[in-house]
Amino acid sequence: MIKLEAINKTYQVGGSPLRALCDVSLQIEPGEYLSVMGPSGSGKSTLLNMIGLLDRPDSGRYWFDQVATEELNEERRAHLRGENIGFIFQSFHLINRLTAFENVELPMMLAGQPVKQRRSAVTDVMAMVGLSDRASHKPNQLSGGQLQRVAIARAIVMRPRLLLADEPTGNLDSHSGGEVIDVIEKLNQDGITLITVTHDQQLGDRARRHIRMVDGMIDSDHNAHIKGSNIKSSQTKISDIKSVDIDSADTEDKKSDDATI
Amino acid sequence: MRLFDQLVFNRQLFMRHRVRTVLLLLAVSIGVASVILLTSLGEGARGYVDREFSALGNRILIVLPGRKETTGGGPPIYGASPRDLTLEDANALGRIPGVLAVAPIIAGTTTIAHSNRSREVITLGSTDAFFTVRQLNVGMGRLLSARARTEPLAVCVLGVKVKRELFGSRRALGQWVRVGDRRMRVIGVLEERGESLGLDMRDMLVIPVRTAEQLFDSPGLFRILLDIAPSADSDKIQEQTLRVIRKRHDGEEDVTVISQDSMLAAFDNILATLTMAIAAISSISLLVAGILIMNISLISVSQRRKEIGLLKAIGASSRQIKQLFIGESLLLISMGSALGISVAFALIFVFAGLWPSFPLQPPTWAVPAALLVAFGTGLVFSIMPAKRAAALDPVLALRGLQH
Repeated sequence: MIKLEAINKTYQVGGSPLRALCDVSLQIEPGEYLSVMGPSGSGKSTLLNMIGLLDRPDSGRYWFDQVATEELNEERRAHLRGENIGFIFQSFHLINRLTAFENVELPMMLAGQPVKQRRSAVTDVMAMVGLSDRASHKPNQLSGGQLQRVAIARAIVMRPRLLLADEPTGNLDSHSGGEVIDVIEKLNQDGITLITVTHDQQLGDRARRHIRMVDGMIDSDHNAHIKGSNIKSSQTKISDIKSVDIDSADTEDKKSDDATI
Repeated sequence: MRLFDQLVFNRQLFMRHRVRTVLLLLAVSIGVASVILLTSLGEGARGYVDREFSALGNRILIVLPGRKETTGGGPPIYGASPRDLTLEDANALGRIPGVLAVAPIIAGTTTIAHSNRSREVITLGSTDAFFTVRQLNVGMGRLLSARARTEPLAVCVLGVKVKRELFGSRRALGQWVRVGDRRMRVIGVLEERGESLGLDMRDMLVIPVRTAEQLFDSPGLFRILLDIAPSADSDKIQEQTLRVIRKRHDGEEDVTVISQDSMLAAFDNILATLTMAIAAISSISLLVAGILIMNISLISVSQRRKEIGLLKAIGASSRQIKQLFIGESLLLISMGSALGISVAFALIFVFAGLWPSFPLQPPTWAVPAALLVAFGTGLVFSIMPAKRAAALDPVLALRGLQH
């Protein structure tokens, strides 16, 4: 599904070049559950942005579903990203002026889908993350765990096949962090390819495949518990996923200042 | 992204930043309203002058003594003292076919006195035709009769102001007044009427032309007014006038003929140019509004870096981001323009009530021109912020970092 070949990326940091990615090659099959770990500045986030088509490599090749992405123009890349890739960020990145419902609706709106279709899809995913009753709330009326679940709903509303999570629990306490993990792992069990970038060893260990990065290179790449039974066909539709039952105690309230936009 | 969705998205944005939105709307609407109001002021002035001219008489030729054109070369050593225009010239002009009436005018200043009151007054010596040509009506008594063309009658017609100052509310008709060194009987008072082309008919004294000739001891006419039949060709009569004068003045063409049409055309020209200039000046306020939009959009881009980054991450292309920002400006301008147009027309309506003699008339091109300038500047000035937004690196923008 994803094939990276000798990807290089260098940033200019304060005048001196910083090699964020150095000859990275990686292949990811549909339905995999990957964790990317490593010290700060090791290139984890760059790799994630590269896979998420937010960044372009200086050299190297990247095939997404046999599509050579480096040949696509910005327009096509945006389209590919919108259709196939969902993002979850550490600081949620919800738009404050919009309700939870409207935040989730945003990707479909950008894709120009009709209102009726949007309404049913958003209602579905809101139920899936257990927030049906919070649809009309603004982000400042929601707790951190709820915000991240709204963000997950937004990430999957377009039924992407790849979910990229950048420190998804970084701003959450352990209880709501656990809920968030439950939701995204359930999505993975139902067929979505999941890549998590994290500092959290516990979260990283939950993945089946562990990638460790050091200095822009893949230091180690191994499968933790090779059951393989969970790797399903990527044809599985999100619509098949049942609502994830979440204890809606929602006691968490730890919100970072930049939790929302 | 659908247009409707973009409108909804922008509406939410405007609701969120109410103060910013209101200020921008105000800037745009003031610009649009000022273009419309100021151009209607210019156009109103043009209409006012047009009406003044038609009040002067339907079609008039004015014959002045002396030539206004430059002739020959070298300095006029012997002087080109113009021959006077005389009453006989006026009578000859009256025989031109197509000329309905001829009003010779002798003008001067005299002292008019009644009992112990006296004042200086502009005195016009003319005939009964003068009143027809200038479309003046009698308020009290009667006007000069046809006899005034040939006889030095000792009668006079007063403007209302002169009457008021000399007689107050007392009866003036039939009274004797002293005009210069002569005694004359007041036979009429003119109807109250506003100023007409700088000549305040309220503050005038009109006496028979022959009387004026004796009073001022001069056969020279100040000017001759010719009233032309509506069906006649003004240019042709102008030519004939010059021919008649040339014949009578030994081949010298020493008069100037001004047609009302040419004066009107000159005024029209001046005022139309003035209106355009006013429009250009008022467009500057729209330019200022445009720059304001650009500044605020730029601030908005840097404030919304994360949002832009996010939109890109969830599938918005650079083109869509650009579209969002330009759409935002255009929407503001549409609303501001609508507001400005309504305000302008409301004010024009109010002015029409307050000041009916000088109605503001928005020229037909005012609204399109204002809209063109508003949208033009809005578009030009929103392209830069939109480009900047579209060029944001989503990764850095999401982290809230600068490049």
